[in-house]
Amino acid sequence: MKEVRLHGRGGQGVVTAAELMASAAFFDGKETQAFPTFGSERMGAPVASFVRISEKKIRIRSQIYEPDYVIVQDPTLIGSVDVFAGLKQGGLILINTEKKPEELKLKPGFNVKTIPATKIAIEILGRPIPNTVMLGAFAGLTGLVTMDGIKKAMQQRFKAELVEKNMQAVERTFSMLKN
Amino acid sequence: MKKVTEGLKAVAESVALCRPDVISAYPITPQTHIVEELAQIVADGKLKCEFINVESEFSAASTVLGASAAGARAYTATSSQGLLLMMEVLYNMAGMRLPVVITDANRAVSAPINIWSDWQDAITVRDAGLIMMYAEDNQDCCDMHYQAFKIAEDPEVQLPVMVNMDGFILTHAFDPIDFPSQADIDKYLPKFKPLDFLSANNPRSFGLMGGPDRYLETRYAMAETFKSITPVILKAADDFKKMFGRYSGGMIEEYRMEDAETVLVSMGSTISDLKEAVDTMREKGKKIGVLKIRILRPYPAAEIKQALSRCKRVICVEKAISLGGPGILAAELKSAIYSNANKPEVSNFIIGLGGRDVKQDHIFELVEKAEKGVCETEFIGLDMKLVEEMDK
Repeated sequence: MKEVRLHGRGGQGVVTAAELMASAAFFDGKETQAFPTFGSERMGAPVASFVRISEKKIRIRSQIYEPDYVIVQDPTLIGSVDVFAGLKQGGLILINTEKKPEELKLKPGFNVKTIPATKIAIEILGRPIPNTVMLGAFAGLTGLVTMDGIKKAMQQRFKAELVEKNMQAVERTFSMLKN
Repeated sequence: MKKVTEGLKAVAESVALCRPDVISAYPITPQTHIVEELAQIVADGKLKCEFINVESEFSAASTVLGASAAGARAYTATSSQGLLLMMEVLYNMAGMRLPVVITDANRAVSAPINIWSDWQDAITVRDAGLIMMYAEDNQDCCDMHYQAFKIAEDPEVQLPVMVNMDGFILTHAFDPIDFPSQADIDKYLPKFKPLDFLSANNPRSFGLMGGPDRYLETRYAMAETFKSITPVILKAADDFKKMFGRYSGGMIEEYRMEDAETVLVSMGSTISDLKEAVDTMREKGKKIGVLKIRILRPYPAAEIKQALSRCKRVICVEKAISLGGPGILAAELKSAIYSNANKPEVSNFIIGLGGRDVKQDHIFELVEKAEKGVCETEFIGLDMKLVEEMDK
């Protein structure tokens, strides 16, 4: 089982990102579960959401304390929120920033990747909502969910016009960070 | 069709498939998305239903009571303080034998104000005359709703049913959910045919005075009904399995209990965490299992008595407390096994109140404690520093 924690601020689509990731994994044929931090949905407030993806049925309902992956949708959270909490040594953390990983001067021991998701979101979607842009990058980096899964998840969740634009963003960042 | 959906939205879709004639509810966290989604479904014209907006849960419950008395299939949902505000009406619903279905997104009760999950709200209405079902996961919860209407409306039952789902833990979780087709649900759950209902053509009253000459008999009739509900609940699940291929039913469920010396007993989503912990403990050679109480009312005393006839130790894991009283699940369980020749020792632990996360380590800890000696309403997961501060 792989566990993912997503950090962001209320309004940035952190919960939707988790839902889309879980739904994509479902379309990929995996077992999955997603949930938000409970009861803190306010615009601008730090929020987190969680995803579990597994080959076997997922039973556990406790929160995620030792994620395999972390996604940070808002770099201004770093410092005020411990985005590294419980992340396994060498674990991947994907951060939305225009800076390179070494410019961020983060604590060592983790596999830090960056993507200018807000910039790309404004360019393609016309809105500074980085969630789907980051999902594409995450899929490219980890292979945990497929492009096909993401597309099906979006088709179920969004209107056709939104799917097209968001998939454009996903495809761009997927290939940017594909290993 | 199977898709990943939020628990509350999944419940709303399931309820819509049951074609209620009247819905009335008041939004309260963590139940709100159910009524929002149902209001949307009705507004979009996808469900022919009267959605009646009200100013409080007391009115919501009264509205569905009235609708049900007029022969409508009626539904409401609530949480916590909202349920307490409904309480007087719930007793009336049961007493008038009205088959309303209610979803309770289980939440702590104030004070202090807490919007997070535990079982205290529904436990306080345990004696009102409702059939009470506890969902382990969101698929179970959706399947319970289809069955709940069938059970409630059964001519032998005619009582309100409450489906309980742990607030946030289930309500706000996204899981893959398998939805039946409308055509299949229509076959499984035909149109509601009330035995008796209010009508202008046949004027009468429900819930009139029942003095010392007849109140006792009325309550006796209800108590007798509760004795005969179990087969109806079991049949609803069997019929469901025949149509949809999966079994979502039973009064209780036994997990890895064949040779278990220790049995953990609980309800709701906690069961999933206990099963996970039991698998880990089994790998280390511990003979341990889980007993799920799926239906709290009617209380499955005979099933529990049988299931616990072989083990040495029972551990009740409870998310509600009777302040100044014994463990709620433990007390009922003890009375169920009292006449067993083999009496296991019974410990009980209070855990996860007000949304405190239940970790796997908490479960290992309470098993270890119970193995050292019987524990009575012992709290697990306390922050002792905070306890000392509060003491000052």
